[in-house]
Amino acid sequence: MSFKSEFSKGIVKENPTFRMLLGMCPTMATSLAISNGLGMGLAATFVLVGSNIIISALRKVTPEKIRIPIFVVVIATFVTTVDLVMAAFLPSLHEVLGIFIPLIVVNCIIFARAEAFAFQHGIVDSLADGLGMGLGWTLALCGLSAIRELLGTGTVLAFPDFGFPGIHVFDQSLAAVMVILPPGGFITLGLLIGLLNWLTNRKSKRAQEG
Amino acid sequence: MEGSGLIVSSSPHQHTTVSTPMIMSDVILALMPACLAGVWFFGLKALFMMAVCVGSAVITEAVLQKVSGRPVTVRDYSAAVTGLLLALVVPPDLPLWIGAIGSIFSIAIAKFTFGGLGQNIFNPALIGRAFLLASWPVFMTKWRWPIHEASWMPKFDAITTATPLVLMKYMNIKAPYANLFFGQVAGCIGETSALAILLGAAYLIYQGHISIRIPISFICTVAVVTALFGQDPLFHILAGGLLLGAFFMATDYVTSPVTPRGQIIYGIGCGVLVALIRLYGGYPEGVCYGILIMNAATALVERYTIPRKFGEVKKVA
Repeated sequence: MSFKSEFSKGIVKENPTFRMLLGMCPTMATSLAISNGLGMGLAATFVLVGSNIIISALRKVTPEKIRIPIFVVVIATFVTTVDLVMAAFLPSLHEVLGIFIPLIVVNCIIFARAEAFAFQHGIVDSLADGLGMGLGWTLALCGLSAIRELLGTGTVLAFPDFGFPGIHVFDQSLAAVMVILPPGGFITLGLLIGLLNWLTNRKSKRAQEG
Repeated sequence: MEGSGLIVSSSPHQHTTVSTPMIMSDVILALMPACLAGVWFFGLKALFMMAVCVGSAVITEAVLQKVSGRPVTVRDYSAAVTGLLLALVVPPDLPLWIGAIGSIFSIAIAKFTFGGLGQNIFNPALIGRAFLLASWPVFMTKWRWPIHEASWMPKFDAITTATPLVLMKYMNIKAPYANLFFGQVAGCIGETSALAILLGAAYLIYQGHISIRIPISFICTVAVVTALFGQDPLFHILAGGLLLGAFFMATDYVTSPVTPRGQIIYGIGCGVLVALIRLYGGYPEGVCYGILIMNAATALVERYTIPRKFGEVKKVA
């Protein structure tokens, strides 16, 4: 597998949210606004790339039996870095994401990639995998949160850390509150997965016919 | 036996002439008294709401079936019934576009994504209402007095008011029985008049479309539980959406058990949930959620209440 294909599989073919349905809890909780989704996705991407590289580099010297504690220590190092950097430079985003930043330690996307990929592949491939999976999740989060932010609050692209109030589309009193509640999150996710499956099926059907 | 004219086929051997469109049009007919009462008490706005909800439900069903390449079955009136039921359980002053969105949600999410008529786990109209209540709580809890007030009713200055259940729960004011029975109270478009609902229900029972088991066990349970907790059972039967829910929502063929014993268990379950929500829940009214929760339990209830086959012997453990 080349660098490019290891990278691109995380975006579409093996997208952690839409294809593997991993990390549902932070997905539901942080896809309320594009700023949250983007922040969460990029934080996780940083952790994923870092932990994938280190775990891959250490895979020859890591004893099989205690690999999980070692993964946790490596991942937790990067999570702490993200946590402190975000608290210093993006305080309001840090406050909104709250417990979900420390919880990246046990995020199953990151664990799945460490266990299923980085532990068995070289450093460059692991870097590509981490980058692709991380950005795939970021894209999924941004897509979900764009829909939920618009329908649930009537405003999009609000970035409180940069003092940007967002684009006002319609009045908040007309917004459907349920979309930013958990059931709305699951329904939006389900409809998006259905739409993507439909598009993929149509494409493969056309490829077969053509 | 060749040429004897006998055809061998597998069961079922009995056929009925009753079809889905017939039952559904009878349900619409049975809802007419409640609809008329809604228009009488809340004006033409109620009529517009019904038209919008029915229209958007039917159009949604037709468009989705067309797009997905299935046979278009809007002529069985089931989408129209869903739309009409939704219109009856929303406040009269709800903006029409919100009603339309609720209707679309009912058909598209609660019915179509589950596979269409006969496949849905939850009652689509109630899912529509639950969705609207969660999405637009402000619009969904804005009530007003009916336009035809009785002369002996207290005159309030404000146009907006609260439903009898809200008045009871938070202010301990009890609406008179006569008002509750005829419908001169604030509430959803179709739930205020107990008389109109009972007329329609009597027609459905007379036609044999619904069995009496679910509504009776439902209503009796609410009465018993509220009486046990020291409340007025008759008030709890007449107020809110209990009668409409018990006769028209809980008896939905698709989402309620088919076994006779199961129907009684289901009714009791609905009743206990509604009474508990009304007495201790965060909301003043619990008919919608009570029925939806029991919808989820329907398959389980049916599984444990399958009637014994003729000649079947109880297994000895």
